[in-house]
Amino acid sequence: MKRAGYIIWLIIVLLFLYMPILMLTVYSFTDSESMGVIRAFSIENYKTLFTTPELRNMISGTFVLAVVSAVISVILGTSGAIGAFYSKKGAKTFIDSANQIPVVNADVVTGFSICILLIVVLNMKKETFIPLIIGHVVLSVPFVYMSVIPRLKQMDDALYEAALDMGAKPSAALRKVIIPQIAPGIFSGFVMAITLSLDDYFITTYTKPATFDTISTYVVNATKGAQTQIKTALWALSAVIFILITLAFIFMNMEPGKEKKNV
Amino acid sequence: MKKYFSRRYLGIPYMVFLILFVIVPVLVILYYALTNGEGQFTLSNLFGFFSSGYAIGTLVYSIFIASVVTLVCLLLAYPAAYILAKGRIRKSNVLLLLFITPMWINFTLRITALKEVLTAIEGNISYYPFLNTIIGMTYDFLPFMILPLYTTISKLDDTLSEAAQDLGAGSAKVFLKVTLPLSVPGIISGIMMVFLPAMTNYVILDMLYNSTFIMGSLIGSYFAAYDWHNGSMISIILLFIILLVNIVTGSFTDDGAGRRRAVL
Repeated sequence: MKRAGYIIWLIIVLLFLYMPILMLTVYSFTDSESMGVIRAFSIENYKTLFTTPELRNMISGTFVLAVVSAVISVILGTSGAIGAFYSKKGAKTFIDSANQIPVVNADVVTGFSICILLIVVLNMKKETFIPLIIGHVVLSVPFVYMSVIPRLKQMDDALYEAALDMGAKPSAALRKVIIPQIAPGIFSGFVMAITLSLDDYFITTYTKPATFDTISTYVVNATKGAQTQIKTALWALSAVIFILITLAFIFMNMEPGKEKKNV
Repeated sequence: MKKYFSRRYLGIPYMVFLILFVIVPVLVILYYALTNGEGQFTLSNLFGFFSSGYAIGTLVYSIFIASVVTLVCLLLAYPAAYILAKGRIRKSNVLLLLFITPMWINFTLRITALKEVLTAIEGNISYYPFLNTIIGMTYDFLPFMILPLYTTISKLDDTLSEAAQDLGAGSAKVFLKVTLPLSVPGIISGIMMVFLPAMTNYVILDMLYNSTFIMGSLIGSYFAAYDWHNGSMISIILLFIILLVNIVTGSFTDDGAGRRRAVL
């Protein structure tokens, strides 16, 4: 009895989380312009999505931005974490605390303050993409740092010392001893950086060039516009992303014996 | 010659980056908040905020909305997290992932989906602005509440509640006197992950019915009007609220680093 109640509660919450996106996926394969009126099966939305240059540029731009900012974040955050970990207490405390600022701060405030510094005070042009990339790195680099630090704590430092004693150069010891040991942390930091960049709206609006859009800023503008063709093409985009994530989810859980990480 | 290259030098680029793009921007908005267009020191932006009925109304309304959203998220998420952690459900770790996966879909796309569903149900979504605000934000932030709750509850020691039971407490009493107090750290980190974004994420409201009567949107509108000084003042006020919430809740959480999107 209790058990049935448990399952029902979980199903209710899951329905709330998934119903809208599932419905949208179904409707994206029809020619309806709003939910509730099913007319006929159609893949018109998908044709629009993959053939309209504006939409294609916006999607590829979003992903390029995510990868570029994630790569920079990984390099900066990993070296920062290694450096901080071996620093004296003062420097370590400073990096730790400054690292927390973007994490606890509201994205609106982070985006606005970066915009004021780079664009208003330093007069940097938004069209250079530099403010946008810096903004996205500020957003994600703290999470790389936070996922690398625990790995450094678990690491056996004697191996690094041993490598040096046996004549390895510090750079080689770093590459062949430290990096492999903290690689899982670097990887999850990278994935997190990608996710944060893809999901960001606020930092992007305050720092992006006027002619550039990411999925978030584009969708927000499109919901206000009256262009139904674009609106329903975005349903197709949601469906594609949803289906890809579902496939990734199934794939992850099919692999036998794979360790689940949920920190 | 030095034998060891000191690894701490690797931290220098990140330290410089943090100073330039995290600390300096905060100082710059502090400067802008306390000056006027001519660069003179003034507190008029601060007084302006507290004497404007609209601004104060927005602040109060955002706190109210954020509180309701946080409460609704907590009421939905706590039982779910408890069931996943202690309900002896098969494959509960896979199920937990299901609750978190929505975070990987862009939130503007998810809100678009919700908007279509609400329009289909309600006819015209502008008839129920308050209800839709709460639904929209709960929909977006719920996964962020479930994760910290699950982490805390799954670490609870079962022998404590068993001991309470053996000593004669009924199941309601065990929950109220043992389980609930012990899950406070998870509740607090969950609140942090939902309350602050709910006060500032004006895009959800903007998308649902083109209204933006919330703290974050004040920054947006000053930004659109090129009013850096008042925009900075709002940012500083928000930053102050965030700091306050962090200090108040900091003593309760296991790890302060918990906020938002700590997935994977």
